Amino acid sequence: MIDSARPGRGRLTLGIGLVGAILTALAPPAQAEGPHRVVSIGGAVTEIVYALGAEDRLVAVDSTSSHPPAAEDLPDVGYMRQLAAEPILALGPDLLLVIEDAGPPEVIAQLHATGVPIVTVPDEPTIDGVLDKVRRVAAALGEDEAGETLAGKIRTAHDAVTARLEGITERPHVLFLMSMGGGAPLAAGADTSAAAVIEMAGGQVTPNDFSGFKPVSPEALAMAAPDVVLVSERTLEALGGAEAILTRPDLANSPAARTGRVVAMDALMLLGFGPRTPDAVATLAEALHPDRMSGR
Amino acid sequence: MTESLGASLAVNAEETDAAARMRRREARTRLSLAGMAALLIACLLLSVGLGAVAIPPLEALSVLSARLGLGALTDHTPVQETVLWSLRLPRALLGVLVGAALAISGAAMQGLFRNPLADPGLIGVSTGAALAAALVIVLGGAVPFGLGTIPGDLLLPLAAFGGGLVAVALVYRIASHDGRTEVATMLLAGIALNAVAGAAIGVLVFISDDQALRDLNFWLLGSLGGVTWDRLLLVAPLMLGPALLTLALARPLNALLFGETDALHLGIDVEQTKRLVVLLSALAVGSSVALTGVIGFVGLVVPHLVRLTIGPDHRVLLPAALMLGPSLLLLADLLARTLVLPAELPIGILTSCVGGPFFLWLLLRRRGLGIW
Repeated sequence: MIDSARPGRGRLTLGIGLVGAILTALAPPAQAEGPHRVVSIGGAVTEIVYALGAEDRLVAVDSTSSHPPAAEDLPDVGYMRQLAAEPILALGPDLLLVIEDAGPPEVIAQLHATGVPIVTVPDEPTIDGVLDKVRRVAAALGEDEAGETLAGKIRTAHDAVTARLEGITERPHVLFLMSMGGGAPLAAGADTSAAAVIEMAGGQVTPNDFSGFKPVSPEALAMAAPDVVLVSERTLEALGGAEAILTRPDLANSPAARTGRVVAMDALMLLGFGPRTPDAVATLAEALHPDRMSGR
Repeated sequence: MTESLGASLAVNAEETDAAARMRRREARTRLSLAGMAALLIACLLLSVGLGAVAIPPLEALSVLSARLGLGALTDHTPVQETVLWSLRLPRALLGVLVGAALAISGAAMQGLFRNPLADPGLIGVSTGAALAAALVIVLGGAVPFGLGTIPGDLLLPLAAFGGGLVAVALVYRIASHDGRTEVATMLLAGIALNAVAGAAIGVLVFISDDQALRDLNFWLLGSLGGVTWDRLLLVAPLMLGPALLTLALARPLNALLFGETDALHLGIDVEQTKRLVVLLSALAVGSSVALTGVIGFVGLVVPHLVRLTIGPDHRVLLPAALMLGPSLLLLADLLARTLVLPAELPIGILTSCVGGPFFLWLLLRRRGLGIW
């Protein structure tokens, strides 16, 4: 019974004997045995766990883990920057996969002090950053092979888009809007994840004379004259749809309004720098460079 | 003869009647104080005993005895030990200290200002701390004066503490001249300073990114989580000391209830009392805010609750607030960390959510009694 429940360890112990048993006990868990009670903090990290097919090991995720939809059915430990130690420990995790920005630092320190294995995943808004995330998550789960396969797929998908965009001469201006519930929507400036995706899709962010997400005055928006307006699906809904966005007085005269180019995407896909980043880039590139991307 | 005997009998009867009333009242007061002490102990036990990780009483005792060097009583798990000793216990003690500091400072403030709406925030300590915290959260590493060498997790509480004290010092300075402090001016200066600091926080919100904004929001709602023994022991004297010293101000605060002039005639050093109340509150509340962020309504509501049950005598009011404040804060924290498991609510949501409606009820009741 015991052997059939844990075939790997049983055979090993029988085969190699005592020395093998001691080594198994001392060495880090073998690949097939990897951690089985994983708490994943960060939308992109959770997406990668699912993409690796390791979702059956998840016991909880954070509130930014909104994709795939099944992730939202898992217990939610709260916003990734406002975690609490005890509820996480109560889940009896054997691995915490934590995106770089998670916190508060005191709670991360408390979790470290309990000796629960914690793997911190860096968050770089580049395609190499995505591949690095995939490899680290895969290694932590003992799924290196699946990780390489997934990383290869992402690389290929990304290279395909890059190849099509090779040698573009004009980079359309893209305005990224984010609605924060009432008040003026925020626009993405330089040094944002949105600007990075826009860059990868062969565009340039506008306005770009500030960094971060800022509320921008209607007149500044009118001056920005975007060729394309990029929004998250939630913002699209909050602002009343593509029609409503393009007929706003501050955007009505923009090239985007003339050509009707509004692109809406799931926020996590667009800004999360997870496995769906090549899809996000391709979707945006289609709107920016239809001639290059046609027949995809 | 008979007449005078009857009269003296009547006087005696009246005296015994008054004495009996007083004795009854004293007995009731003692009973209430004992009840509050019992409530505090119960809340402390609940806070240490309940949480996401199940720790039965025997295991809890076992952890404590193991930690105190007496050996384990039963085989508790390492997770239970960490949770009880490193997470719940310092957190519960922090709750006691913060609740005590906020409640007794609130009581002293209301006595000093002779205004039922006064709370420690009125003299700018919370907003000053919030502004300093916002500066650290939003501007992050870009801090002047070589403060950048202090690690970020220490910089925030230090800055908040400093910000609170600076704000109080400003308010106090504005309201004082010729060795006298105008309480009314202090109140107005506090309101003005709160407005200015609020505007400055608004500017910081404007220039902050999404993430800093969320951090700031959470800080402004307060949390007892994330406290360690080191930090608790470092700050405990700063909260407990002033809170206990405030107890000694009961007599002057009682005299102040009659107004400043009468208090002076009663031989109270009024200016000294003002200085002490402001200084002690600033220290106690400033250090609380530094560790937990802004926790609203405890300082406002607890003194009122005590006045409703025991009356306005500061000799009872202050120690009662010292016990009731921690109880309420511990209960709020218990709810905060168990209602939405496995996540946690900011405690300020709960204290305001209970405190707001309670305060409205208080207002309506007072209006009905025609006191205002």
